[in-house]
Amino acid sequence: MTDINQLENLVTQVRRDILRQVHKVNSGHPGGSLGCTEFFVALYNVLMEHDTNFNMDGKGEDLFFLSNGHISPVFYSVLARSGYFPVEELRTFRHLDSRLQGHPTTHEGLPGVRIASGSLGQGISVSIGAALSKKLNNDDKLVYTLCGDGELQEGQNWEAIMYAAGNKVDNLIVTVDYNGQQIDGATDTVLPLGNLTAKMEAFGWDVLILKEGNNLEAVIKTMQEAKSRTGNGKPVCVLMHTVMGHGVDFMMHTHAWHGKAPNDEQLETALAQNPETLGDY
Amino acid sequence: MKKFTNTGNKDTRSGFGAGMTELGKTNPNVVALCADLTGSLKMDEFQKNHPERFFQVGIAEANMMGIAAGLTIGGKIPFTGTFANFSTGRVYDQIRQSIAYSGKNVKICASHAGVTLGEDGATHQILEDIGLMKMLPGMTVINPCDYNQTKAATLAIAEHEGPVYLRFGRPSVANFTPEGQTFEIGKAVQLTEGNDVTIVATGHLVWEAIQAAETLEKEGIHAEIINIHTIKPLDNEAILNSIKKTGCIVTAEEHNFLGGLGESVARVLAENHPTPQEFVATQDTFGESGTPAQLMEKYGLNADAIVKAVKKVLQRK
Repeated sequence: MTDINQLENLVTQVRRDILRQVHKVNSGHPGGSLGCTEFFVALYNVLMEHDTNFNMDGKGEDLFFLSNGHISPVFYSVLARSGYFPVEELRTFRHLDSRLQGHPTTHEGLPGVRIASGSLGQGISVSIGAALSKKLNNDDKLVYTLCGDGELQEGQNWEAIMYAAGNKVDNLIVTVDYNGQQIDGATDTVLPLGNLTAKMEAFGWDVLILKEGNNLEAVIKTMQEAKSRTGNGKPVCVLMHTVMGHGVDFMMHTHAWHGKAPNDEQLETALAQNPETLGDY
Repeated sequence: MKKFTNTGNKDTRSGFGAGMTELGKTNPNVVALCADLTGSLKMDEFQKNHPERFFQVGIAEANMMGIAAGLTIGGKIPFTGTFANFSTGRVYDQIRQSIAYSGKNVKICASHAGVTLGEDGATHQILEDIGLMKMLPGMTVINPCDYNQTKAATLAIAEHEGPVYLRFGRPSVANFTPEGQTFEIGKAVQLTEGNDVTIVATGHLVWEAIQAAETLEKEGIHAEIINIHTIKPLDNEAILNSIKKTGCIVTAEEHNFLGGLGESVARVLAENHPTPQEFVATQDTFGESGTPAQLMEKYGLNADAIVKAVKKVLQRK
């Protein structure tokens, strides 16, 4: 799927899926999910070579790891709408006996998920391992990771960031959801991240800035540029500026909707701003 | 009583190293990771022979566990190497989420376990690792007793699908189990037959149990020694078969009595056949600096301590 209008329709539909998932179970994380919708749609429909006939080892495929597992609603919606599992299964999000756990896991065998995540700060390390495995297997495909910006407060990330540069893990693209928000408030208030560009560059990464992380064409363009930078001896980092809660006016520019579901009325308002395009589940 | 011959003291970590060297030659999927302790873990030979399959991660154990989890995706069998303290407590959440819950085929290989690490003291002497690891769903926990058994265990876990915690130690200790033995995960090894008391020992305490049994033999007490190299899954049948004959049991381990082998055995007994039990283990304490022998003496982890525990449990029969 490469037609931009079709992709935009998918973005809108995924936003609806996110809102409906969290509303139904009155829990989950809409804010970051809505902010990363363009990224996920671009990743699974334009950027990655992947096989929806899921195989854990993923040899000969590009792989994706979600480090900030709490944005599972967007991950699940895009996996389902890419064909990894029936879209109707989104109804079971966070329900008992569901494969769609609150945070993604391999434990229930959901196709498309290769690692459990939720406890933050672990995804880059896992992605490095998968990237090294690809190198050992002479597999020239790439490993993509998404992590949150607040998540970078976890120290393990910096162990991983140091390792990847020091060992030239150059088949890896780490995208940071740079929305400046976390549960307790703005990242600048909770624990300032400082100059992330300078930090990543100082660690030896090739850094790209994606200013419009909620502009689908901009996401595709920058991520394609990131792809072209792989294989040059440096891991690649994309600092992707997004707006938490993007697409729903009352959820934007605040941390309030990081982990809160809309009520019936709020859902109605939010869905009206994102009219059905490809059919609700 | 059956006699056991020490073929010469060796450290169990060298058994691990020898196992890794062999695996390097026989299994191309085996990869190794180490957090700046390659010499201490005896992984140098693997590193030298297979530099492309060896990953020096530096002093960054959390990252090591994550990378190991990722390496399984694509079919590799990662063996991580560092001290037991840094293999468990320091990285518990990484093991829990990225390895155990994710069901990844990672072998967590932990040296310098227990007080026999010696002079470095309590910061490095973990006595809680068996408990931490056995509580993780799906984790296999193995604590072999000597060089030969550690080598055999290292080879065996490469064939086992799923996460494993392999615990071994620093000091040179008696090497008395057969060279080239077959290691069966979860299958206890009965070392002696006896009708008076069952001694279930793991790791360095197995040789101490043999010494204790020889002392007891001279006093007419016949001990049945079971070498429990696998703490999880525990060989319940071997334990129950023995205590039905002997009627009492002593468990022996270089670990806190809370969360260790002894508690696992106690649960089996409580559920199936309540039996008097004494625990040779550390008593909810940290260790300290000292030689391994001094520490084993002070913390009640040697043959003398086992003899005392046997006499005590016999009174309770």
